[in-house]
Amino acid sequence: MKARVTVTLKSGILDPQGKAIEGALRSLGVEGVTSVRQGKVFDIELDGADSGRAEALLKQVADKLLANTVIENYRVEVLP
Amino acid sequence: MNSAVVVFPGINRERDMARTLKIITGRAPAMVWHTDTQLPPGTDLVVIPGGFSYGDYLRCGAIAARSPIMDAVRGYAVKGGLVLGVCNGFQILCEAGLLPGVLMRNENLRFICHDVYLRVERSDTPFTRGYNAGQVIRVPVAHGEGNYIADGETIARLEGEGRVIFRYCSPDGMIDPNWNHNGAINAIAGIVSERGNVLGMMPHPENHVEAAIGSTDGRGLFAGLVETLDRAA
Repeated sequence: MKARVTVTLKSGILDPQGKAIEGALRSLGVEGVTSVRQGKVFDIELDGADSGRAEALLKQVADKLLANTVIENYRVEVLP
Repeated sequence: MNSAVVVFPGINRERDMARTLKIITGRAPAMVWHTDTQLPPGTDLVVIPGGFSYGDYLRCGAIAARSPIMDAVRGYAVKGGLVLGVCNGFQILCEAGLLPGVLMRNENLRFICHDVYLRVERSDTPFTRGYNAGQVIRVPVAHGEGNYIADGETIARLEGEGRVIFRYCSPDGMIDPNWNHNGAINAIAGIVSERGNVLGMMPHPENHVEAAIGSTDGRGLFAGLVETLDRAA
């Protein structure tokens, strides 16, 4: 079973890297970009076929290690 | 004083720390490997040194904070044991939940490696007994992620409880954005835990203890710890 955990910065947390990318896009002449926030994606493969269990496990994993919930949010998706 | 230095893969300041502890306390620290599950009996001070544990993968300090030895460090801190985390050590203590908040990428996105001035906010902690409140010390920093942040409530608590121990300042002790190198909120360079027995700080006091280096401003921290423990004995 495949799953994806996406970790993003909470709103209100300053993202210097996102700002730098935003500036780079501007200097490339890209117009219309008003904000960039950088995050992380974890593609994870799991044993078993119970998507409910997989989701519970990945939430645990995200809380324990993948995200720092002081500054980050995460989203778990079990892929079909 | 019996000290222990915790060593993680990728740490590179453990020998500076060990050398300083030997010079000031007269005793070489025990070097404790990250897979160990216990601290040496009779440990008076645990130090988590600087460096790049696990190559800063995932987030600085995140993987080290979850290694086996950290359960022992947590147990030791809960019992009131003294824990000092410097640089990556500060990041590890935050990731381990022993200190609140997090250290983000420096505001200017650069790795900062030079001397900074710190204002010692309190002298009545085990770590700052060797200084006077308001004293300015000069010590080096070397980090890319030292921009301290926590939620508003946590910052208010830290400030209200006097748990900000070091702030980045000008040479004459003024708090000024120009001297707040990494953009840390309220120019925070070091904080202590609720009970005051765990200190995390980004600068490296262990690198300024010998006159040959040009400054001995870091000595006070280690000498103060020795004095604290001598008095308790």
